[in-house]
Amino acid sequence: MQNPYLPYPVRIDEIITETEDRNLKTFKFVFLNDGDEEKFSYQAGQFAELSIAGKGEIPIGIASSPTEKGFVMFTVNKVGLVSTFLHNMKMGDIMGIRGPLGNYYPWDALEGKNVVIIGGGFAFTTLRSSIVYMLDPANRSKFGDIHVIYGARSPGMLLYRNELAEWEARDDINVHITVDATDDPDWKYNVGFVPTITEQKAPPADENTYAIICGPPVMIKFTQPVLDKQGYKHDHIIMSLENRMKCGIGMCGHCNVGKEFVCKDGPVFTLAQLSHIPKEY
Amino acid sequence: MKVIKIDKAKWNDGLEALNGSYSLFGPVKQNECYEFKKLDKDEQLDLSGLNTRMSAKGLIYPHTEAMFTYTLDEGEENHHIMQPADKDYSPRAVIGIRPCDADAFLLVQRNFDTPDYKDPYWIQAYEATTFVGLACNNPCRSCFCTSAGSGPFHEAGLDVLVVDAGDYFLAKAITEKGEALLKVTGWDNELDSDTAEKEIAALKNDAEAKISSTILTDNLKEMPITAVYDAPFWEDVAFACINCGTCTYVCPTCWCFDIQDEVHGTSGTRMRNWDSCMFPLFTLHGSGHNPRGEKVQRVRQRFMHKLKYYVDKYGDGIQCVGCGRCVRACPVNIDIRKVCDLMNNYDEATCAAQ
Repeated sequence: MQNPYLPYPVRIDEIITETEDRNLKTFKFVFLNDGDEEKFSYQAGQFAELSIAGKGEIPIGIASSPTEKGFVMFTVNKVGLVSTFLHNMKMGDIMGIRGPLGNYYPWDALEGKNVVIIGGGFAFTTLRSSIVYMLDPANRSKFGDIHVIYGARSPGMLLYRNELAEWEARDDINVHITVDATDDPDWKYNVGFVPTITEQKAPPADENTYAIICGPPVMIKFTQPVLDKQGYKHDHIIMSLENRMKCGIGMCGHCNVGKEFVCKDGPVFTLAQLSHIPKEY
Repeated sequence: MKVIKIDKAKWNDGLEALNGSYSLFGPVKQNECYEFKKLDKDEQLDLSGLNTRMSAKGLIYPHTEAMFTYTLDEGEENHHIMQPADKDYSPRAVIGIRPCDADAFLLVQRNFDTPDYKDPYWIQAYEATTFVGLACNNPCRSCFCTSAGSGPFHEAGLDVLVVDAGDYFLAKAITEKGEALLKVTGWDNELDSDTAEKEIAALKNDAEAKISSTILTDNLKEMPITAVYDAPFWEDVAFACINCGTCTYVCPTCWCFDIQDEVHGTSGTRMRNWDSCMFPLFTLHGSGHNPRGEKVQRVRQRFMHKLKYYVDKYGDGIQCVGCGRCVRACPVNIDIRKVCDLMNNYDEATCAAQ
């Protein structure tokens, strides 16, 4: 019997400090055993349990795209026991990854549609995975217009800054980067909160346009009325939830919202689905 | 299925005969209470208690259990890589489990044995076990099994049902696993099954008639989750709760668990332990946000899970077998029967009009 609690052994291959407060680091992992990378076949929007012997496991969204081969990548905020320990680990260290877990953004339904990605702060990881996936030459033609609205507190708090600049320069994706405030005279992008920029930049709603929104609760709280005003239907607004998790496979009981488990039935839900679910997230 | 008559004088001989083939578990009296335990050789089980204080769930799903072991010593091969913990899934027999407790495993099985994922620990322990149940001739006053989908002579989840018929026992094989166990015992006085079934049915009717406590669950399925979730009675229900978690601890159908790493020197174990939705830590986010930070939210979660979410998810009744342990053990007298009534009788329209 296959043991769903057994992580694949991995080695830390690269560590990138993402933000100026040094609280967010990106870890690239390579699988130790032949064949494990193929078994860890994932879709953009899924997550995995990062497993550290002696410390425990944390559920983290997969930031690499299924189109990127040879490694898997996660960006981790330093908050608790496991993530703090992980931040102090070094290249070459051995740990584990268990997954992929959960559902993913509805890529089949999104085919042929316009996609508006709205992200804030460090909740940009599975959105990065999604953007890289859609921009892959093999996939770009499957989607209509792609808009990205991404904000952080300050320029130094944006994740994946080099990639953002590259996407900004492309003509097959509309990237709207924003910061809450900055005193940088060279800042050439937007200044303002994500809901404000969404109001200015998001395309009008239609049957063929879906919004994927992922960010801190306060951003979601103020962005949703904007999307409502623009006419986005609630089954066209796609969100990714977080809750405290242990098993990641719908058994341990921690992450339920009503009868759904965020880990197994989610983390991706449409706003329409969430209206029938107790708001315990 | 066949029914065997067992002279009470030959009861222990049969159990002794099982010793080579099975590890035996059964209720024994410890201080004032009955508890299940693994029987040492020559140790005898005690069937005189009404029911054990703790349910039988720990026999399949231990309170704390090793999942993996590992070494943190970088000089050793495979350091920091999880290795399967040693497990013993050789045949075991649980003697004297009450029908409600055996039935509870079937409700819990839906959580651990799913089309998508299989929990190898629960499944292997369950498959290794033969359940020899003891029918309840005299149910407790707080038992409400008959209206919770189970009963004092309920056979689902049992491999053998043993009925105390006064001077002798009647043992009815329910599954092939049960029949195989009975063969090993050496009890061989097989009765005409029609006559034996009639005798068992009469005792069953007597036992069911003694159960005076009932719940109604007929409306639970139809009501919208958000309606009963927002019902006004939850503050009252939760008022006295001290969040001790005893209800979840004694419950045969509560299955939530935590996963923790434990290290001594350079050797570590990844364990799983029972956890409880009654505790604030159960849902606390790393950010400090807690979706069920208030007591009333946690009390509501427990009852909503058992009496609504489970009902909706599996479409086959409530996540409760009516053993009554949480009713008896609650230090502040919160009673699932009363909460079930509140939920089942809840009418959003009437309440809104008031």
